[in-house]
Amino acid sequence: MKAQIIVPAFNESQIIFKVLTSLPKKLKGISDIETILVNDGSQDDTLEQAEKAKVQTVSHVINRGLGAAIKTGIEWAKSKNTDIIITFDSDGQHDSADIPKIIKALITQKADLVIGSRFLKKQKIPLDKLLINKFANLATFLMFGVKSSDSQSGMRAFSKEAIKLIDFKGERMDFSSEILYEAKRNNLRIVEVPIKAIYTPYSRGKGQKHLNAIPILIRFLVRFLR
Amino acid sequence: MITSIQLVLALFIIFAISRAYLRFREKVITSAVFMLWSVVWLTALIVVLSPPTTSKMANFLGIGRGVDFVLYVSLAILFYLVFRLYVMIEDLRHEITYLVRQIALQNPSKKPKRRRRT
Repeated sequence: MKAQIIVPAFNESQIIFKVLTSLPKKLKGISDIETILVNDGSQDDTLEQAEKAKVQTVSHVINRGLGAAIKTGIEWAKSKNTDIIITFDSDGQHDSADIPKIIKALITQKADLVIGSRFLKKQKIPLDKLLINKFANLATFLMFGVKSSDSQSGMRAFSKEAIKLIDFKGERMDFSSEILYEAKRNNLRIVEVPIKAIYTPYSRGKGQKHLNAIPILIRFLVRFLR
Repeated sequence: MITSIQLVLALFIIFAISRAYLRFREKVITSAVFMLWSVVWLTALIVVLSPPTTSKMANFLGIGRGVDFVLYVSLAILFYLVFRLYVMIEDLRHEITYLVRQIALQNPSKKPKRRRRT
């Protein structure tokens, strides 16, 4: 069974080497595991750091957003005939020890999409992050009818079926909710697994910005009305 | 009797129609888009040359004044055009991303080989 870990990155030179070297090179039940860094038009030396970490990279010549970078990674994985895709944030917010857990859920629970949820277990989450994520969950439910405890989580696993069927258009943060909608539309099984959230001053500065909610809502509305 | 403001506006509208026609002849816009703009500008021309038309329309629709009718219709058209522009920009954004993605996928880095420990 082949697996690809997709790490989208934009200007993450400070931390990307540490993140990439923390990722597993071997996993139980996986014969071939590869990490692919999608450099989303970084202006710093993110790419050099990734090459230093000896991972495969593909680069957007200009910044196109998180959703676009993930989709590029998925296209890459599809071309390699991958069985499982894992997405993993590049800002150091995730713990690589959670990867086996989400793969296990994918295999043992026969899931198609596994969401690594930061809110399923009690842990210290900054209040502003908690509120913005709760709002995003509510918006995802109201707009797409999908309930999720962490609709904006960057850690997910896709089965081969999900890789084939999920097709999202969102290029920025809006793609996260769209993935859930696509899974629902294609009758795919969604499972949530608790994961650890690592909030450092660095990772807090990254991720979902508070004011992003407004353009995301406008983009969704336009997509509905067009 | 045509007032000077009517004359200026009428000339501007004729200029706008001529620009739309030129764009159509250069095949920059389709015939449907040209027709749409022609209808918009010709309506504007009628309103400019015969302001009582707007009052008649306003009375017909139950709006107080002719000028209010023009304002409401203009606002609706402007909102629609802004929406179309937004959709067009989104489409362009997707096309740019598609190109960027294809360039990225066609030029991957050569995977650095890990040194094996001896």
